[in-house]
Amino acid sequence: MLIKAENISVVRNNKEILKNIDLTINPRDFITILGPNGAGKSMLLKCLLEFFSPDKGKIIKSDDLKVSYTPQDFVIDKSIPITSMDFIMLNKNIKKDEINNISKEFNISEILNKQLSHLSGGELQKILITRSLIDNPNLLILDEPTQNLDVSGQLSFYKFLDKIYAEREISILMVSHDLHMVISTTKKVICLSNHICCSGEPSSITKDPEFINLFGHDFADMMSLYKHDLKHNHEGRESV
Amino acid sequence: MKVEKVFDSFIINALIGGICVSIIAGGLGCFVVWKKMAYFGDSLSHSSLLGIAIGIVLGFNSTIGTFLVCIVFATLLTYLQNKKILSNDTLLGILAHASLSIGIIAISLSNQYVNLDAYLFGDILTVTDNEVVWFVLSTIIVISILFFIWEKLVLMTINESVAKAENINTFLIQSIFLTLLVIFVATCVKVVGILLITSMLIIPAATARQISSSPGSMALVSGLLGILSIIIGVYLSIFVDIPTGPSIIFTLTLFFIIVLSVFRKQTS
Repeated sequence: MLIKAENISVVRNNKEILKNIDLTINPRDFITILGPNGAGKSMLLKCLLEFFSPDKGKIIKSDDLKVSYTPQDFVIDKSIPITSMDFIMLNKNIKKDEINNISKEFNISEILNKQLSHLSGGELQKILITRSLIDNPNLLILDEPTQNLDVSGQLSFYKFLDKIYAEREISILMVSHDLHMVISTTKKVICLSNHICCSGEPSSITKDPEFINLFGHDFADMMSLYKHDLKHNHEGRESV
Repeated sequence: MKVEKVFDSFIINALIGGICVSIIAGGLGCFVVWKKMAYFGDSLSHSSLLGIAIGIVLGFNSTIGTFLVCIVFATLLTYLQNKKILSNDTLLGILAHASLSIGIIAISLSNQYVNLDAYLFGDILTVTDNEVVWFVLSTIIVISILFFIWEKLVLMTINESVAKAENINTFLIQSIFLTLLVIFVATCVKVVGILLITSMLIIPAATARQISSSPGSMALVSGLLGILSIIIGVYLSIFVDIPTGPSIIFTLTLFFIIVLSVFRKQTS
């Protein structure tokens, strides 16, 4: 176990944003949180990060937990002049050589000397994640990392994330709406709508009545179709 | 004015004071631009007149009065901001002008002769030897502390959540930054006056932004531009016989226009 939320609830303005949430993240987990807007997804992440303490319940962390976080809506103000390299090194105890090695590993060398404000959304996300990997975390928490990316940006980003998950001893907890993109890698999906509606493996979750209830039949059908696609199992697609 | 007076002690004092202020402004001004706190700086300096008034009425050093009132102002503002009752902009407008008005009323009721012009537009040519010591000391203190928190402050300026997730105490760093800003305002009143303080922070930083590619170089260039403008501005005011504060800000603005038209790179 790396980190565990035990029966946590958060109340804001008399509204229960999180209700009795139980969540355990183990080493090598890859968990995707899905849910409609206002479902408390970001709040759950922020409780795990201890930005807020829950009104009820508690967060238990293992001693060796090293968490890194990339927030939602990361934009860089144009008035701040800073290169990607300087940003990665900011407040970190690391030599340029080490960054050069990591950048080669993740194919970001050519954007290292660019100004942060000149990067595309996808490039910015890659720099953010590279920065967060510097301290060798064992848990990566991502809040809607592809929110501002176009489809090709999203694809390239998830390929990047797959590579990190495959090559590093790391767990990933991500809020994302792109279930179809992560369905082949993610091990567990949690559907959140202030409480945990349902959770499970991506292949079975789309058949869960709660999932269908939350996202509708069309979305559920679309998701199960993606799963077939990625397994190259075209059974049942003849009619499509 | 005769040329042999160019190195008179009052001018030397003015230059040392001005250079100190420019160095502090170089570092802090960048953050004021990055964090979009121009109006905050303006309000803070407006509130300093209340501090000056309290100093005059109660008979102690106006710099200390300014420092205390600005600290209360910044604390009250942060508290009210967190309450989210009013927008930042409205809150600043209310606090700034309320304290400015109360300050003027207090000065007028004190029945003492006060040269308001000196407080509003600065009086750098009357900097005393004692004040020079205060200028140098506060510069050393502010720059050392700023140097110490620099990377953390830059990171949380770029993104507060990332900084928090890296276990930076963002509340503490922000409070330290605001305190440095208050020290700057208390120091700078004498140099360019309440109405022009913010421009010492904003104009050099905005100019430096056009020709800088890193946070550190922007602060450095900003400080150098400030120093240059102080020297040119002070002598310009003596030779042409114009008020010194506005003369310094005018020089800064000229630099801004020149740099903007030659190097136009980024908008700030």
